[in-house]
Amino acid sequence: MAWRLGSRIGLGLVAAGIAAAGASAQEKVLRVGMTAADIPRTLGQPDQGFEGNRFTGIPIYDALTHWDLTKEKEPSALIPGLATDWKVTDDTTKWHFRLRPGVTFHDGSPVNAAAVVWNVQKVLDKTAPHFDPSQVGVTASRMPTLRSARVVDDMTVELTTSEPDAFLPINLSNLFMASPTHWDAKLKAVPASVSDPAERAKQAWTAFAADPSGSGPFRVTRFVPRERLELAANPAYWDEKRRPKIPRVVLLPLPEANARTAALLSGQVDWIEAPAPDAVQQITSRGFKMYQNVQPHVWPWQLSFIEGSPWLDKRVRHAANLCINRGELKEALSGLMAEATATYEPGHPWHGNPSFKIKYDPAAAKKLMTEAGFSAAKPLKVKVQTSASGSGQMMPIPMNEYVQQGLKECFFDVELDVIEWNTLFTNWRQGAKDASARGANIINVSYAAMDPFFGMVRFTSTKTFPPVSNNWGYFGNDEFDKLIADARTSFEAGARDAALARLHARIVEEAPFIWVAHDVGPRAMSTKVKGVVQPQSWFIDIATMSLE
Amino acid sequence: MLAYLARRVVYTVPILLGVSLVCFALVHIAPGDPLVSVLPPDASLELQRALRTLYGFDRSYPEQFVRWLWRALQGDLGTSIASGRPVTQEVLKAVGYTLRLALLATAIGFFFGALFGFVAGYFRDSAVDKLASAISVLGVSVPHYWLGMVLVIIFSAILGWLPPTGAGDEGGPWQFFRHMILPAVTMSVIPMGIVARTVRALVADILQQDFVIGLRAKGLTDYGVFRHVVKNAAPTALAVMGLQLGYLLGGSILIETVFSWPGTGFLLNAAIFQRDLPLLQGTILVLALFFVILNLLVDVVQTALDPRIQRA
Repeated sequence: MAWRLGSRIGLGLVAAGIAAAGASAQEKVLRVGMTAADIPRTLGQPDQGFEGNRFTGIPIYDALTHWDLTKEKEPSALIPGLATDWKVTDDTTKWHFRLRPGVTFHDGSPVNAAAVVWNVQKVLDKTAPHFDPSQVGVTASRMPTLRSARVVDDMTVELTTSEPDAFLPINLSNLFMASPTHWDAKLKAVPASVSDPAERAKQAWTAFAADPSGSGPFRVTRFVPRERLELAANPAYWDEKRRPKIPRVVLLPLPEANARTAALLSGQVDWIEAPAPDAVQQITSRGFKMYQNVQPHVWPWQLSFIEGSPWLDKRVRHAANLCINRGELKEALSGLMAEATATYEPGHPWHGNPSFKIKYDPAAAKKLMTEAGFSAAKPLKVKVQTSASGSGQMMPIPMNEYVQQGLKECFFDVELDVIEWNTLFTNWRQGAKDASARGANIINVSYAAMDPFFGMVRFTSTKTFPPVSNNWGYFGNDEFDKLIADARTSFEAGARDAALARLHARIVEEAPFIWVAHDVGPRAMSTKVKGVVQPQSWFIDIATMSLE
Repeated sequence: MLAYLARRVVYTVPILLGVSLVCFALVHIAPGDPLVSVLPPDASLELQRALRTLYGFDRSYPEQFVRWLWRALQGDLGTSIASGRPVTQEVLKAVGYTLRLALLATAIGFFFGALFGFVAGYFRDSAVDKLASAISVLGVSVPHYWLGMVLVIIFSAILGWLPPTGAGDEGGPWQFFRHMILPAVTMSVIPMGIVARTVRALVADILQQDFVIGLRAKGLTDYGVFRHVVKNAAPTALAVMGLQLGYLLGGSILIETVFSWPGTGFLLNAAIFQRDLPLLQGTILVLALFFVILNLLVDVVQTALDPRIQRA
C-alpha cells in the first residue's frame, strides 16, 4: 500500500514536471540566467560591471552613442545612438551632439536636449534636485573628462570636457538616458512627510528603479529584487532593425556556475552566461549551443617598474611574454579563452604594427634570459599578487599556476601571493611602491579594454601613477605621454584610431604586461533561440534575436 | 515563569549590543574599500573622497557605529550600497524565504532524525541500529553543498522532475513547494544526523533506567513504555532541534547559493562579494536576533515540558 502511494506521488511529480516543462516550452519567453547575484540596477546606470550594461542598460535604455553589436568577425565599432552626429567645436573642449528626432521614452515623453542635460546632471551636478550619488561612481569614472551639458536648441546639446578629449563619444556609450518626466512623477508621489530634498530624491530614484522608463527596445514590466526582472518588447522602438522579435524576456540572477548549468539542462532557462567550463561537453552533447567570441578584456600580469624591479630589463619582459604556451592553457580551460598577444589583437583598428611579436617561443625566451644573466641554476625570483576569484579574473588560481609552471622553464621562479579579491582591487590603486604590494613586482588584475582610456592610457601615462589611477607599476615616460596626448587631440575618427594604433604598438614593444588571455564571454543557449550574434564585445543584443 | 521570561528578555539586550559591536568591527576590519560596489578602481581621488563623504564613511568608526546603532534601534538598518534599497526591507524579505526553507528542513530533519534515533536506540546493537547509525553519521559528514549539487544533477538535470534554482513563487504555492524540495532536503541532512545520534543515545539511556523496568513490571504495554520514553527524550531532542533551526537560519549560505534561493544566505553571499557593509551588518544583526530569540523559546518550551528543569 505504502509502495503504491509512493509510486503515485512519484508519478505525480514526474507528470507535474513534464507538464511544467511543456507549459514553459509553449511560452514565447526568453529566460536568461545571469552570473550576477542580484538584478543589476535598473535606474539607468547599472552596477555589476558590464553584465549590468548588457542586461539592464542596453535593452532598457539608449545612450547618445552605441556599440555596433551586429558583427561577429570584426571588433565592435562606435555608431550613432540617440545622437545622429556630433562634432567638436573650435574650442576643442566643447562638443555638439545632434539628437535623433521623434524618439520617446517608454512613458511617452520626448528624448530631447533638455532630457540629455538632465541625465548629465544626475551624475555630475551636485546641486541638481535629481543628483544621485549612487549612480556617480559607475558613471563618472567612465567619462573622466565630461564636466557639464547645455541645451543649444531642442535637438542639440553641448557637452563640455575638462580638457580636449577625442575619447568622449566612446565614453558616452556608458551614459544611459532615463526619463526626466517619469522621474518627476515618482518624485511627486513621495509622501509630503518626507521633507529633506535629498531624501525625497533618493526615494524617487528607488521608485524609478522599480518602475523605470528609458527609450530602449525593451521596457520593464516586473521587478522582483534579487529574483527576477521581466522585460516586454517596446514595439515603438525607433530603430526598426532592433525592434524586438521576442515579446518577453525574464532575467534571473544565478551566481553559481553549476546552478546555472543545471538550470539550462533542466529547461528552467534558455540561456546561461558563463557555464562551468567542465560542463561544456555535457551542455553541447545535450543539444545546447555554445557561443563565444573574443572580448575587449585582458587577463594579464602587470609588471612593476619601480627601482630595483627585475622587470626594468626589457629582455626579461620579452622573455616572459615568449615563454607562455597560451594554446595549451586554452585547451586546459576547455577552449574558453582567447590567446592574448596584445591588448588589442591583429585586425583591431588600434592594434598597429608592433615590432615585437608575442608568441610561444621558449628557445628565444631562454636566450634572452641567459643574456640577462639568468639560468636554471640561477633563476629570477619574482612575486605575483593575485586573487582566488573575482569579476573578470576567469579561473585565477589554475591560470596563475599554469603561468608559474610555464615560466619555470625559462628560468623564472614565481611566487604566488593570493589575497582576497576586494583587497587586490584596492591594492591595484595603491601601486607597487605601497606596503600593500608585500614585495610583489607583478599584479594580476584583469581589465576591460572597451575604450582607450581603460585599455591603454591609465596603464601608460605618468599622470595615472598611483593613487590617481591604475598604473600600478609606474610605467610611463615623455614618449608615452606625447602619444597619449596625440590620440586625445585627434578628433577625426580615422586620425584618432591611427594615433591609438601607434600608442598600442609601442606598448606591445615595451611590454609593461605579460599578456596571457582574453575572456571570450562564453554563453550557452537553447537551439530555439535564433538570430544570435555574439560580437567581439562585452555586450550582446537581445533585441535582434528571435525565439522558435 | 514570567519573572524568568522577563529576565531572559533583559539578558538579550547586552548580547545583541555585543553582537552588533562585533559585527560592525568585523566588517570594518576586513581590508578593501567599502564603496567597491559603486566605485570602480579607476575612479578619481576626488570622486572617491566625495562618495566617502556622501555615504558617511569619512566619519570615525565610533561615530559610524553609534549612528548605525541608533537608526537600527528605530528599525532602520540603512540603505544597501549596491542596490540602493532599504536594508530592513531586503533582510525581512530574505528572512521570510529562509524561515520557510528552514522550517521545512527542520521538519524533515526532525522527523527522520527522531525516527532513525528511536529505532536505533530501541533496537540497540542490531542491524537496524547499525544501518540507522550509518545513515546519521553520513548525514553529519556529507558536505551539504556537494549533496545539493548531486541532487540537482539527478533530480533536475537528468530526471527533470524538480526545478534546480530559484523560489518559483510566481507560479503559485505548488511551484513554490516544488522549488523548496531540493534545498530543504539538502538542508535537512545535517540536523537529521545530529538529532538521530542524540535521540539514539537518549533512548538507549532511558531504556536502561530503573523506572522503565518499573513500568514494565507494572504490566505496561510496549506502546505505553514508548510514550514514556518519548516524553523523557523530548526536551533534549527539542533543545537540539531548536539550536539546529538557529543554525539553519544563519548557516545556509552555501545551500542557498547553490539553489539561488533568495534567503538570508543568498543575501549574505551577495553582501560579502559586493562588500556591501550596511547589508552585511543588517543581515548579521537580524540573524543574531533570531538566534537569541530561538534560544529563549527553546528554554521556555523545555521548562514547560519538563518541570524538573528549575530555570526560574
